[in-house]
Amino acid sequence: MIYGLIAVGYTMVYGIVGMINFAHGDIFMVGSFLSLIALLSLASLGITAVPLALALTLLFAAGLAALYGWTVERVAYRPLRGSFRLAPLISAIGMSIVLQNFVQVGQGARVKPMNALLPGGVELMNDEGFAVQLSWMQIAIVATTLIVLAAFTWLVTKTPLGRSMRACEQDLKMAGLLGIDTDRTISLTFVIGAALAAVAGLLFLLYYGVIDFFIGFLAGVKAFTAAVLGGIGSLPGAVLGGLLIGLIEVFWSAYFSVEYKDVAAFAILILVLIFRPSGIMGRAEVEKV
Amino acid sequence: MLTVSDLTMRFGGLTAVDGLTFQARTGEVTAVIGPNGAGKTTVFNCVTGFYRPNSGGIELLHPHGARFALERMPGHRIASRAKVARTFQNVRLFAGMTVLENLLVAQHNTLMAATGFGVMAVLGLGRYRAAEKAGMDKARVWLERIGLVDRANDPAGSLPYGAQRRLEIARAMCIDPVMLCLDEPAAGLNPRESEALNQLLLSIRADGCSLLLIEHDMAVVMRISDHIVVLDHGKKISDGTPAEVRADPVVIAAYLGEGDDE
Amino acid sequence: MKSALRDACLSAAIALGLFAPMVGLVLDNGDQGLVLRGRPIAAAVLVALVFVGRFGMHLWADRPGKEARAIRASRVVPAGVNKFVAPILLGAAIMLPLTGSRYYVDLGTLVLTYVMLGWGLNIVVGLAGLLDLGYVAFYAVGAYAYALLAETFGLGFWTCLPLAGILAAFWGVLLGFPVLRLRGDYLAIVTLAFGEIIRVLLINWVSLTHGPNGIGDIPRPTLFGLRFGMDDGDDTFAGFFGIEPQTVHRVIFLYYLIFALALLTNWVTLRLRRLPLGRAWEALREDEIACRSLGINVTNTKLTAFATGALFGGLAGAFFATRQAFVSPESFTFIESATVLAIVVLGGLGSQLGVALAALVMVGGLEMLRDLLSTIGEQMGSALFSGLAGDLPTYRMLIFGLALVVMMVLRPRGLVSGRTATAVLR
Repeated sequence: MIYGLIAVGYTMVYGIVGMINFAHGDIFMVGSFLSLIALLSLASLGITAVPLALALTLLFAAGLAALYGWTVERVAYRPLRGSFRLAPLISAIGMSIVLQNFVQVGQGARVKPMNALLPGGVELMNDEGFAVQLSWMQIAIVATTLIVLAAFTWLVTKTPLGRSMRACEQDLKMAGLLGIDTDRTISLTFVIGAALAAVAGLLFLLYYGVIDFFIGFLAGVKAFTAAVLGGIGSLPGAVLGGLLIGLIEVFWSAYFSVEYKDVAAFAILILVLIFRPSGIMGRAEVEKV
Repeated sequence: MLTVSDLTMRFGGLTAVDGLTFQARTGEVTAVIGPNGAGKTTVFNCVTGFYRPNSGGIELLHPHGARFALERMPGHRIASRAKVARTFQNVRLFAGMTVLENLLVAQHNTLMAATGFGVMAVLGLGRYRAAEKAGMDKARVWLERIGLVDRANDPAGSLPYGAQRRLEIARAMCIDPVMLCLDEPAAGLNPRESEALNQLLLSIRADGCSLLLIEHDMAVVMRISDHIVVLDHGKKISDGTPAEVRADPVVIAAYLGEGDDE
Repeated sequence: MKSALRDACLSAAIALGLFAPMVGLVLDNGDQGLVLRGRPIAAAVLVALVFVGRFGMHLWADRPGKEARAIRASRVVPAGVNKFVAPILLGAAIMLPLTGSRYYVDLGTLVLTYVMLGWGLNIVVGLAGLLDLGYVAFYAVGAYAYALLAETFGLGFWTCLPLAGILAAFWGVLLGFPVLRLRGDYLAIVTLAFGEIIRVLLINWVSLTHGPNGIGDIPRPTLFGLRFGMDDGDDTFAGFFGIEPQTVHRVIFLYYLIFALALLTNWVTLRLRRLPLGRAWEALREDEIACRSLGINVTNTKLTAFATGALFGGLAGAFFATRQAFVSPESFTFIESATVLAIVVLGGLGSQLGVALAALVMVGGLEMLRDLLSTIGEQMGSALFSGLAGDLPTYRMLIFGLALVVMMVLRPRGLVSGRTATAVLR
């Protein structure tokens, strides 16, 4: 589910700008650090009511991560539009390295465990969890994902912004000629993608309770796999792909070996790209000559 | 020499080419014309192996008798084995490389065969030196024909548009094709350049290479074509000599009537 | 002026949003779990920097005579620079061991290793235009190939060197065959995944690779059968020439070894560029579709580029193994791939000299800066300098990343742009 949320960001950016936003996984990581900082700040301010604290954290993290997304696009990608084709990709890798090391320098390289610090919040959830494996936490994650995705779908299909986003996806140049501010639309795409990634970051933090500056790399690659698996450019495909990747990982760890869990995700990526590059829900691309 | 039979190509729900059948004869200039969206470029991409048609056959017969089923061959083999060369609607040169290098890349397969899988040539052995000299000579011949000898060492991207078009044709000719396919060669040329292009194409035909061309510019089509195929909505509506096609009422209705307003 | 000020304020506000939580507040690992610590000054400094920087940028951009300067700036580096700089660098590289300083020779060896890796990757990225983010995988294959062959069969360095290269090239073909049909950006992510797979395999396949512990006691290379040992037997370098055995001999020998390997890479690349194969690589970078229309087998051509790059990566890997006498998976992380890529990109895609310069600056320069800082720190007893020196490796990747972005934005064609034609019509 978490992968799905990140994958949506990849798919959106790819659909509109046609590039892989390598830094997206790191935005997710930044989002989860922001969430942690927010939770701790709120705790020190005395706001410990769980729903309120979570809601505030969500807003805080999503808002600031969106700012990060916007900055990344403005600094590293916009000046390169129309440059040769490897340029934005290299710049994106650079940005990913920058974000990772920025957090490492700013926050230290050690892993950040969380649970002890928010006794009210986390334990409440754990206490009320069923004896079966479905805990409140998992329910909360699924619920949050669904709500966020629903809101997002509404945004894309029903609002003027969504319309201009879809127009840009079809044909960037034409949309620009028709008076859509393409720069603004692309910026907003990054902003929304980053906000979703931040939500994913918060959920990741709540679920695993441990984060470090390197989580963005793996999560990024897996989410990208999910996006490709679902058919890059397709939003429901991204969510579906995320679900599938999550399931595959769980089953792989259960039946095979945990050590090779990450290899499994990569192997799937390679296999999908070789045999069905358009993914489950994607359309086959026709090369224009 | 080229026989296209019952060719059909669909993109999703759209049928771009629908049961097209036509022939192009050896040593002739065959033109495919039609209004925008008639499926001309699609036919072209099928012939040159960039698209794989949904059904139908494309057969190429070489003057010395070899037969090729183009609809089943990958694109690069159509050029290297069946010897069908092409140019593109929006010129596709290797812009960062020099004019000369563009012509040498086109002789890749010939030159490559002389390098002994690369290893020998890296060591400076083998017969590569002679092959390279032959390649340079051939490039020089074509540079003279298109009048670009003095620009040979400039980047191809720095040439004026008309020269880029001529260079693209010369590059295609460097693979020694039996058939040259040109996708709107006269587009964007001024009348003088257009006339030079006509001369170049006619001289290529005189060398024994058949030509298949898509063109919008009626002046070019009527002047140099031996045979014209008219498409509309993916179907053939007329087929014959320029004079016949010009007189065909169906063509006038579908194409010339609208097209001449421009 | 006014708009510049307004824009700078806006940028500073954004910077405040970016830095206030991430820099201004630090998560410290305390005894009781995480503690939040404020660090307002650092955040304020960063915000101020952004403000000043942005304001300065506006002033700089608005200065009079902008157009004339822009034209001058856009001119490529004159080809003459190549003629001067390359021989000077080459001469300096040959003379370096004469200084007798072990420190400089070691540093030189490190830089040359990256030069070689850079040149190897340059074939793939610079010439053929294929973005390979898993280049370190081939480096690892080469290093482990030598380590394992030496450990299992007791083979010497000179036997293993070509084997390591061939094995790496073989892996290159194996990986390349399915993925090279993919479009450029997919290729990047698949190679990235491949690099990670190799590393995870190295860590987890304990029975073969000893897992995270790595392989030690890898034999050192010999010079025509002469060892570099400390005893003075007849089969050692020192014993044969009748001189005092010194460890520095081996260091110098290793230096010249990698120097020769790097020159080999360069020579082969320069040769290949003038051959049809190399020209086809460059043509591929320029326009793949046009290549297809000219009868060039695109997949095979890409494959040769990939395999050639992998070959040199493997050779460099074998050298790395023999120099360190120890290999472990942690030497082959994504960071290494990124470093090599940064070197290639900064150097200017396709420029051999640029790659060498970039490696010198990025690897040698940073290393020297760190040592300089720590020396100053020791001598002055200043915690500030030694602290800076200690932090430098952490900041190194930050600098690399920023450099990648800045280079792409300002000079997408790299430090040394401008390409020499591979054939000239006279």
